[in-house]
Amino acid sequence: MMYGYTWDTSTPLTFALSILPILGIGLLVTLKAAAVGYAIALVLGLVLALLCRSKSRLISWTVTGFTEFVRDTPLLVQLFFLYYVLPEFGIVLPAFMTGALALGLQYSAYTSEVYRGGIGAIPRGQWEAATALNLTRLQVYRDIVVPQMIPRIVPALGNYLISMLKETPVLSVVTVLDMLGLANMIGERTFEYLVPLSMVGLIFLPMTFICSALVYMIERALPKSGIPLR
Amino acid sequence: MTWMQYLAPLLKGAQVTVMISLASIFFGAILAFAAGIARTSSNRVLSGIAFVYVVLFRGTPLLVQLFWFYYALPLIGISFDPVTTGITVLSLLTGAFGAEVVRGALLAVPPAQLEAARALNFSKSYTLWHVSMPQAIIEMMPAFGNLAIQNLKDTALVSLISIADLTFQAQSLRNITLDSATVYTLTLVGYFMIALCLMFVMRFIEMKLRRGPAFPRSAHS
Repeated sequence: MMYGYTWDTSTPLTFALSILPILGIGLLVTLKAAAVGYAIALVLGLVLALLCRSKSRLISWTVTGFTEFVRDTPLLVQLFFLYYVLPEFGIVLPAFMTGALALGLQYSAYTSEVYRGGIGAIPRGQWEAATALNLTRLQVYRDIVVPQMIPRIVPALGNYLISMLKETPVLSVVTVLDMLGLANMIGERTFEYLVPLSMVGLIFLPMTFICSALVYMIERALPKSGIPLR
Repeated sequence: MTWMQYLAPLLKGAQVTVMISLASIFFGAILAFAAGIARTSSNRVLSGIAFVYVVLFRGTPLLVQLFWFYYALPLIGISFDPVTTGITVLSLLTGAFGAEVVRGALLAVPPAQLEAARALNFSKSYTLWHVSMPQAIIEMMPAFGNLAIQNLKDTALVSLISIADLTFQAQSLRNITLDSATVYTLTLVGYFMIALCLMFVMRFIEMKLRRGPAFPRSAHS
């Protein structure tokens, strides 16, 4: 029994159906972790991308090195690092938040690259024209850069959301009870891993499929010329 | 223990990580070409099988696949040792992602060339290997480079099925010494250095391919 739900191992089908409500609770944790992690990645990535454009060589090189380092090292080790090292500095977070932070950190390295590509794709002439028109920095970004950036970056950002969703099971390693964590627990108690683990895979498949379809639809729906913010 | 003494076990783990990563990149590349070519084939059965394989492995998390092969498969009588399981699952995953790269690159070959090949009465396999592939393979290289790095990062997960790779050694070191900051920093730096080597190798292969003749000699004669 778990969360007040009992399971029935008489046949694989009844077993699969009886653990479905338990996995549903795990699914919520998975989705929440992905949502929090993605929010961190979107914001932190933007900060990193803007810092990278800083005029100071020191800042831009440090940030480039940092993103490259984060991008080329495994999420699992970063997760362990945050999980065990942060408390040594007096920062004690719940396992869920540590996991979401690790996800967000890893993907901020990816999203910063996307933002940078998006900003870099604005033709030089437009920057010069903006200077010639004596526009302020805010006006340049709000009225020229961001509106053209959005259709370019949304597909890539959407794909990273899907990959992040698929990496959330790693959080089960640091005791977060997401779908995989719960499936493992059911496996330990019933000595029957095949059904719970297959169920987790079967739940992920339509989820990633629907997300890919959504990203594709959004990509098609966005006007290529840009979205005015005002 | 000082940090110098951590190096010996970590290096031992790094060897395992490199071995698993290279093996799964190698088998993954073979799978990627097989599935990618099958996806573009006009044979419905072949392309259907390749499609199901790609969707299954791209659509599910690696950790679930790994646990499924490690814990669930033995229950229906199929079991391998952890290293074989790890390499198999990583190869299958890398192959599934690589298959889409191969397919994309093959589809990007201008159709006029395929029409020309047909006009010259080249067989389908000759057209594939001597017209499409030599050009497509260069287009694949940057994406393959990213996949190789992704594969290296994914190998960290095999520590969870009791393979003594770099992450596993780091975990045991931490459990003995409780010196988390040093151990994990060294581990991260280790992965970063392996990644840099891998990137260098992939760039080197790409450069070689670019410099080489775009068409094999047999096509010129």
